[in-house]
Amino acid sequence: MSALESFLAMGGYGAFVWPSYLLSLLVLGGVLVTSRRARRRSEQALAALREQTSRIRRHAP
Amino acid sequence: MRGLAAIVRRDLRLALRQGMDSVMVVAFFVLATMLFPFGVGPDANLLARIGAGVGWVAALLASLLALERLFQADYEDGSLELLALSPLPLEGIVLAKVGAHWLTTGLPLIVASPLIALLMNVGAEGCGALVLTLLIGTTTLSLIGAVGAALTLGARRGGVLLSLLVLPLYIPTLIFGVGTVAAVIDGFPAWANVMMLAAIAVGALALCPWAAAAALRQALE
Amino acid sequence: MLKIVLQPDAFSRLGAKASPWLAGITAVLLTAGVFLALFVSPPDFRQSESVRIMYVHVPAAWMSLFCYTFMAAAGGAALVWRAPLAHMAAEATAPVGAAFTLLALATGSLWGKPMWGAWWVWDARLTSELILLFLYLGFIALNTAFDDPTRGARAAATLAVVGIVMVPIIKYSVDWWSTLHQPASVLRMSGPTIAAEMLVPLLIMAVGYTTFFLYVLLIRMATLLNNARIRALRQRQVRTGWEAAR
Repeated sequence: MSALESFLAMGGYGAFVWPSYLLSLLVLGGVLVTSRRARRRSEQALAALREQTSRIRRHAP
Repeated sequence: MRGLAAIVRRDLRLALRQGMDSVMVVAFFVLATMLFPFGVGPDANLLARIGAGVGWVAALLASLLALERLFQADYEDGSLELLALSPLPLEGIVLAKVGAHWLTTGLPLIVASPLIALLMNVGAEGCGALVLTLLIGTTTLSLIGAVGAALTLGARRGGVLLSLLVLPLYIPTLIFGVGTVAAVIDGFPAWANVMMLAAIAVGALALCPWAAAAALRQALE
Repeated sequence: MLKIVLQPDAFSRLGAKASPWLAGITAVLLTAGVFLALFVSPPDFRQSESVRIMYVHVPAAWMSLFCYTFMAAAGGAALVWRAPLAHMAAEATAPVGAAFTLLALATGSLWGKPMWGAWWVWDARLTSELILLFLYLGFIALNTAFDDPTRGARAAATLAVVGIVMVPIIKYSVDWWSTLHQPASVLRMSGPTIAAEMLVPLLIMAVGYTTFFLYVLLIRMATLLNNARIRALRQRQVRTGWEAAR
């Protein structure tokens, strides 16, 4: 058995060790990505709204 | 004090006039327990072993049933606002309403519990322990439930939400309640369990009225 | 300090300054932690290589409790001082804490399968963690259950404070219940005498998870602040629209 194979096998516990690392990556990565996406959306919406209000104010007599 | 007694009397009279709350709760309690022999089979030994736990869980769910209505009617017709404006402390009002609620839903459960013990083949000693633990435990359930009922006042899907909030908080009471009955049936000393059950009840009595009153103030703002 | 806690704009500036640092520190810590956990730390003499799950499981379990404590503290502060930012901190923490709890449960289950021979065992710690998940779900559900967001935030904050009083009681009662019903679990750390080669990666991972939480907290609070500003602007628009129509 090569060194890589034995590393991946994790002494027979590979089927439990790797999913737990993968799952941690997926869940924490998911939290990070959704949080950042929500922030970007809120920034865009806020910028659009500010733009709109300032335009209205400029057009107002 | 007289004002609080008046609230208890008023709530009791209202409950008696509508009449069905206590009957419904007890009917649900018996019915839910009755399902278990169908679910696990009528083996008397098995039923005796799980009987106390089943009775406790059924009582817990049954007490949840009437909880949503604890402040609901008074909130909707505005009398809760009048009560909050009265010189009585809101914590006392909460306590009075919880007391009335316990008398109309908790007490009937306790009265019905020997029937459950009989149906589940729990035996005389277990039956006595079940009644005693329910007597202490249902007060805690009503007090914790009052906090949940006050928090969900006016919420969307209030009933389901209430169960989600309150059931996890019921777990310690359930554990020590069932633990007492199991210890009595197995002939072990049950005092540690009873003491814990009573300690939780005293703690709930001291803290829950405050939390529920705070939640009611938020709802009325 | 008080200014930062109380003033949204000062907080936004601080957050913008701190978050690249937090992101960098988190990346370094987690990379180093995973490297040490997978390649350097020794296998346990009883659990062999499966002990490597500990480095992602235990920090997640710690964070699930830390986040709940943080959420309750923020909620309590928000109720006492009526501080919108504290409400936002509590609201921003809840989903992250729930994610950590879910992670602790899933990795605990993956660790339990080879150790106990079952995916789920009613072990005291796993059971408490499951109850904690429901406490988080209750907070999130209550927070969004009202038409008036202020009412939802205050009700949820009250629930968090009630919850933090109950958490030790629940933990104690579940421990008691578990010792009554089953023998001590196999999965037992040898207390503080855990080997340094294991302790160092564990602590690095734990600190990395904490900075990750703080980084995500800043992002989520910025989102909530933006949403509050949007709501305020819309209200102002509606009001000025009314006046113009008159």
